[in-house]
Order: sequence, then C-alpha cells, then structure tokens
Amino acid sequence: MISQLTIFLQNKEGRLASACRALGDAGVNMRSLCIADTRDFGVVRIICDTPRKACDHLVEEGFRATLVPVIAVKVGDRPGGLASLLELLDEKGMNVEYGYCFSYQEGEDAIDVLKISDEAVELVLKDAGYQLLDPADLYVED
Amino acid sequence: MIFQPEFETLPPEELRSLQTERLKKLVHYVYERVPFYRESFDAAGVKPDDIQTIEDLQKLPFTTKQDMRDAYPFKMFAVPMEDVRRIHCSSGTTGTATVVGYTERDLQVWGECFGRFITSADCGKGSIVQVAYGYGLFTGGLGAHAGAEAVGAICLPMSSGNTKRQVQLMHDFGTDVLACTPSYALLIADTAIEMGYNPAKDFKIKAGILGAEPCSEGMRRDIERKLGIQVHDIYGLSEIMGPGVACECECQNGLHVCEDHFIMEIVNPETFEPVPDGEWGELVITTLSKECSPLVRYRTRDITRIIPGECKCGRTFRRIDRIAGRTDDMMILRGVNVFPSQIEEVMMSFPEIAAQYQLILTRRGPLDHVELQVEPVPDFPFDEIRRLEQLKRDLGAALKSNLQIKVDVKIVEPKTIARSEGKAKRIIDLR
Repeated sequence: MISQLTIFLQNKEGRLASACRALGDAGVNMRSLCIADTRDFGVVRIICDTPRKACDHLVEEGFRATLVPVIAVKVGDRPGGLASLLELLDEKGMNVEYGYCFSYQEGEDAIDVLKISDEAVELVLKDAGYQLLDPADLYVED
Repeated sequence: MIFQPEFETLPPEELRSLQTERLKKLVHYVYERVPFYRESFDAAGVKPDDIQTIEDLQKLPFTTKQDMRDAYPFKMFAVPMEDVRRIHCSSGTTGTATVVGYTERDLQVWGECFGRFITSADCGKGSIVQVAYGYGLFTGGLGAHAGAEAVGAICLPMSSGNTKRQVQLMHDFGTDVLACTPSYALLIADTAIEMGYNPAKDFKIKAGILGAEPCSEGMRRDIERKLGIQVHDIYGLSEIMGPGVACECECQNGLHVCEDHFIMEIVNPETFEPVPDGEWGELVITTLSKECSPLVRYRTRDITRIIPGECKCGRTFRRIDRIAGRTDDMMILRGVNVFPSQIEEVMMSFPEIAAQYQLILTRRGPLDHVELQVEPVPDFPFDEIRRLEQLKRDLGAALKSNLQIKVDVKIVEPKTIARSEGKAKRIIDLR
C-alpha cells in the first residue's frame, strides 16, 4: 500500500490553485493529480514525494486533507494491460472504488493506482505476478 | 440546591397573591411615572384601580419593541436620573436601539435571578464561574457576572473571544461553570479538543448556563458530551432585564420563570388571545419589581409554551419550554413557516456533520430557494465521494420530511462557515 494525499475542496474559483500553491510553497513535488468533481465540491487525489509533510502542511493551512492507503500496480505499457488487471480483480470479486493511471519515467510501465477495500488485494495481485510499488519506490517516508 | 427557597418554593396560591399585590402596585407606579403608560391606559379606558387580579391584566394594552424605540432614549424611565445606576441597550441592528435603565435594586434583583440558576447548577461559594458572554452594553456578560457575585461565587470575567485562553484558564483554574452562548460553548469545546484535551475527562467543569440564542436539544447534547457538563438553558431579553428571566434547573425539563418578579402570559401571536397551558404562542412578560424600566405586557416575540405540572426540583415557579423561535426569526419559505431551530434539530441527527451551518435564502423566479451549507466532521471519510453524496441525499430527505420544503444541501469545506464568539449569524436572506 502507498499513501495517497486526498484533499476536499469546495467548487469555488481559485481553490485548487491555492491548494497547489500551498503544496508548492512547502516544496512538495507531485507525481500525479486527479480530480473527482461533483456540482458542489471536488476531491483531489495526489501522489507526491512527501505525502505526510504535504498533508500536515495543508491541514495547517486550513485545508481538509488526509492520507488514504491505495494500491499502486505496475502495468505493462501495451494495449489491454489495464483490462487484464481489472479482469483479474473482477474474477476475485474485488470491487474497485476508484482508480487512475500515471507514468513517471518515460518508456517505463504505467502505474495504476486503485482504491480497493479488500485487504487481500495485495496477495492476489502478487500471486498473479503483478509488481506492486512500495512507498520507497515513489516517495520519502517521513 | 435552591438559592432563595423563600420565593422559589412558595406554594402556588401564595405566589399568586404575591404577584397580585405587586401587580396592583405596578400599575399605579407606571401610570404615575411613565407618560407612555398613562396615555396607553387612558386610550384603553383602564384606570390602575381596575386592575385587581392577575386576569385583569388582560384589560391592558401590550407594550412592543417599537414603543420602546419611540421612547428613545430615556422617555420610559420611571425614576429620576440620579437613581439610575446603569444603562444597557440592544445592538440596534434592526432599528433604533432599545434602552433599559437599572436602579441599584434592579441590579440586585438581576443578580439574584441569575444567581438562582448558578445555585441550581450546584455552584456557590468557592465555585469558579467563567463568564464568556460579551461584556458591555449587551446584557449577557454583566448579567452572568452579577449572578456569580450574588451567590458569592468566584467570577472569572473573560468576556467573549480569545478562545484558546478561555480553554487554558478553564483547565488551569478548574472552572466549575461556564456562562456564554451555546454556539460559543461549542467553539470552546471544539477548541479544547483541537488543543489536545479531552475536556469531558480532563476538566473540572460540571455545568454550563447557556443562553442568548436558541439551542436545540441535539446541540445541547453535543456540548454536554464534549465538555462533560450539564447544560442549563437560560432565557432573558435585554428589554426585560437580560439573562435570568427564566432558566432550567437541574431537571432540564423546561425553564422556571422567576415568577416573583415577572408575570408571564402566552398569547396567540395573531389574535393576541391567551392560549391554554401547554399550547404554543408568543411569550408576554410583565415586570413586577423593576424600578427604572418597568414593562407592562411586553410582547417578547419569542415563541414558547407553558409546561403544565410540577417540577421534581421543588421550585414552584412555572416552566416555559425552550424557545422554539422568534416571531421575527420565523422564515416563510415557499409559504411554509420554518424556524431555524427545526433545521438544527434535523441536522443534529446526523453525527457526520458539524453543528455550524448557514442557510442561504434566494429567489429563483417566483420560488424561494433554500441552500443549507454544512461541514463534514473532521474524521469524515471524504475520500469516498459516494459517502459525501449519500450524506447530502439523506440530509436533504430528512429536511424535506420534517419541514415540508425542499432544501438544497451543500457540503462545504470545514471552517468556511464562520465560528461565532457571540450570537451566530445563521441565516442569510438574499430574497
């Protein structure tokens, strides 16, 4: 499991910018960011180099931020890569609450971030030969 | 404990005769000393001698807030200025301020009335009363202060604001009872928790005497749980005296009206006819012992009812229910009468949301649009959008079924709704 930074933001002009500015000022480097938005509010999910520090800083600045454990899986950068992964999870009856992909080194595998509540997910994926990222692969553990 | 059992436990018939005797004196007193009353009695064709029983009071006209404004500043004072010791007045945000003067005796009575409820919270000599109502023209701070002094307690005159210091001294000094508005008590509790305390366990405090704004049962329980105290709802209004007109005893089942000093009536707010005990209506108060600013049949605009029956505490003063709202605060939303307290009651059944809220009223075409802004509690799992959406839907449905109107629930970022140190501004009417 890796730590994802989640921020709750109101749908209000400049709110995302000020959250990003706060992270920038704290020297936090983001690897990926995705926004799930509704009419009133958005939930911003971020993988970054110092999640603990980033979260503490945001809370101090008055943002509602938290760390959420998610799975980060390496998936071959080829057609059908993600489909095979999801088929496996489906077969095992594991529900994906949400997910997104990013790649952080050119020409490398893609990384799929998945939120799955079932604790057995890590074993299932490892047994099937998938490589899971450890915190140390992505960020500084502080 | 009971502070003045000689009054607070008077048998009902003796209390009625005390009231009657004082009322008869009062009508002469105001007729002779206050031109406004001479004119209004004359206009109604009533002479002071016509008032022989409490029921006769109904022959007299009402006094309204507007009458007090018209008398600005001192036209309704019944004593010469050299006998006035203090003046309080309303904020005047909704018009000319209403001015109330106090003689030495008035201040003493005020202190005794508030003191009765410090005693009912089992506090007295040696107890620390932390007064976190604002001090100044607002009656909260000095009223609670007078109460603490009347019972010989130790008064900690904090006034409102500087919340971390409130928490610090509450902890370090071992405050026994807190007097402030409910919303400020909640802010103090939340601040204490944020500062790493568990006030329910770590603090000595055992009671709160909270008033000056409505407090729903849910909000009361929230404060009680967080601070580990018993909350006594106290009632008063600056035109009458300030806090201490009525307050809950340790039984927390209605607010005992200090009937030795006040006569209460509950009237239908439209017809002004008296309603039977137990029925809701507007509270009307006649002051029996005030020297400087006596009032006859003052329309408080507060909606309550008389709770029939005796209280287990032994006090014979009759009780009124928690104020359901003010006739002024009553909102008409899409033709439906709604009080803010009803919204609070619904909100409090959702532990996932914080007690603070704001209601924004706008008009969309011919229809009222009601938006309720709420904040999720700190440990709400907001990473899960469906939980947030579910909360919105459930709260909206609960409001719809309780209030009969559609309310658009909006979940906002924590702390975007201003915390209040005094009376909270909950309703923003942009219609």
